[in-house]
Amino acid sequence: MKISAGKMLFFVGLIIISAIAAQMYASVKQRERIVSPPQAEYSTLFPVKINAPKPLAEIATDQKDAKGNAILVSCQSCHSVRSPNPQNGSAGPLISFHQDLDFVHGKLVCISCHNPEGYYADFRLASGESINPENVMTLCAQCHGPQFRDYQNGSHGGMTGHWDLRKGPRQRNHCVDCHDPHKPAFPLFRPVAGPNDRFTPHQTKGTHE
Amino acid sequence: MSDSNASLPIIDNPGVNRRRFLKTAGATLGLAAWAAAMKPLLDLTPEVNADEFLQKHYRELTPEQKAVVFKRLEEEAKAEYDVDVTISDPPPMENVLFGYALNLSVCIGCRKCAEACHIENNHDRASNNSYICVFEMEKGGIDFEKGNATYDHPVPAPGKYYMPVQCQQCENAPCVTACPIEATWKEKDGIVVVDYNWCIGCRYCEAACPYHARRFNWEKPEIPAEEVNPDQSYLSNRIRPQGVMEKCTFCLHRTREGRLPACLEACPTGARVFGNLLDPDSEIRWVIENKRTFVLKEELGTKPRFFYYFDE
Ligand code: SF4
Ligand code: SF4
Repeated sequence: MKISAGKMLFFVGLIIISAIAAQMYASVKQRERIVSPPQAEYSTLFPVKINAPKPLAEIATDQKDAKGNAILVSCQSCHSVRSPNPQNGSAGPLISFHQDLDFVHGKLVCISCHNPEGYYADFRLASGESINPENVMTLCAQCHGPQFRDYQNGSHGGMTGHWDLRKGPRQRNHCVDCHDPHKPAFPLFRPVAGPNDRFTPHQTKGTHE
Repeated sequence: MSDSNASLPIIDNPGVNRRRFLKTAGATLGLAAWAAAMKPLLDLTPEVNADEFLQKHYRELTPEQKAVVFKRLEEEAKAEYDVDVTISDPPPMENVLFGYALNLSVCIGCRKCAEACHIENNHDRASNNSYICVFEMEKGGIDFEKGNATYDHPVPAPGKYYMPVQCQQCENAPCVTACPIEATWKEKDGIVVVDYNWCIGCRYCEAACPYHARRFNWEKPEIPAEEVNPDQSYLSNRIRPQGVMEKCTFCLHRTREGRLPACLEACPTGARVFGNLLDPDSEIRWVIENKRTFVLKEELGTKPRFFYYFDE
């Protein structure tokens, strides 16, 4: 069989073009390998765990036990039979339950966050969507957007563990580890004692001066 | 690094340092004669131990020599403090440059960070020392003259904010230039370290540091055996000898293994952010790129790797 000159030219052309394409592909590959981070290393990152908030199950009554601690009662035991009063916005009128509740959180009322249909033990977003206690951070984020953004970027809230997740895990605080949702202002602290060094004259032991 | 800083009273005599002195002395006198000449010095006190005196600069030690030195230090810790410690020397990590940021809007001045540093880094118990000094500052300005580091009342106090200051791990570290014998230097990951066995205690670095970040061991640190942190490293938290300088090392024995610094873990407000400045996805980079950060005494050109910011 004879191959015409035209066909011959076509095949040669094809070979040259595919060679060039292969070359280009290889060089792109090469560049990718140089600029991209070592994927294998990053694919085995350790997890970042967020503390789970304690589930809300009980509330203090006005009764005290022998040691003077408030007797607790499960939310459900009252709220399954006693329908809530959505008009009530503070702890003041609640004379026999919720005795330890000191409520100072903007203009919010109980049902701003608590879902009365879930006996108040689960939560409700402004949209009406009810959410699980573990995801309560979404609830806080509805109003505290900047704090949530900072939290997501690792610059709000305490943590322990590893800065380098290739080496080990990290454990992060949840909003309610530091902020009481009913009274979210950070409490006053008594500071740890300062140094007794020679820069603080009234505290020196007088051994060096 | 060996240039002396013109503004400091350093005797500019680069030809003689301790190591070279020892070498030339050995060469001219012959080893036996030299040993005899040194004898009175070595007999002086049991604390001046011959091995220690003859030890080379950390950066000139081979891995084998390091092992010997670390073993000796572990034995000394056992003899003096009655604890079994391990001394390691984790090297700087590849492609890592450490940075630290502190949110002044949330710091409440509780000194938990200083307490954690005190424990982690085996500081002398009596002085209650640490590498962090927390200043209580007047709102509305950054005036250290009006700052108070000895407050002792519930915090945060009205009208005040709190500014913890520790080593800023400067890119242009004045302390490093000031040291006449290269006992302190900057490592590849940006951490300024001290070879406590090379330091002669002249305290030039302390005078050179604009942040008062360096501390001097006036006395031999006293720490009860059960309180000693046994997880130690040569360049960071091993118990320092008397008469040498010490400083914050960003907890390199922790951070070079990927862990967070002790002060960050202890902070109850999350005011502290730590990480790798070379990693564009790190938390520290996010802070620098998204918050209005500033450094202390920028006009000095020290280029700190410690950043402060306020939430807007
Ligand atoms: S532990 Fe945190 S909040 Fe307390 S003084 Fe230190 S940086 Fe500030
Ligand atoms: S990083 Fe470590 S050494 Fe530095 S101040 Fe914090 S606890 Fe102390």
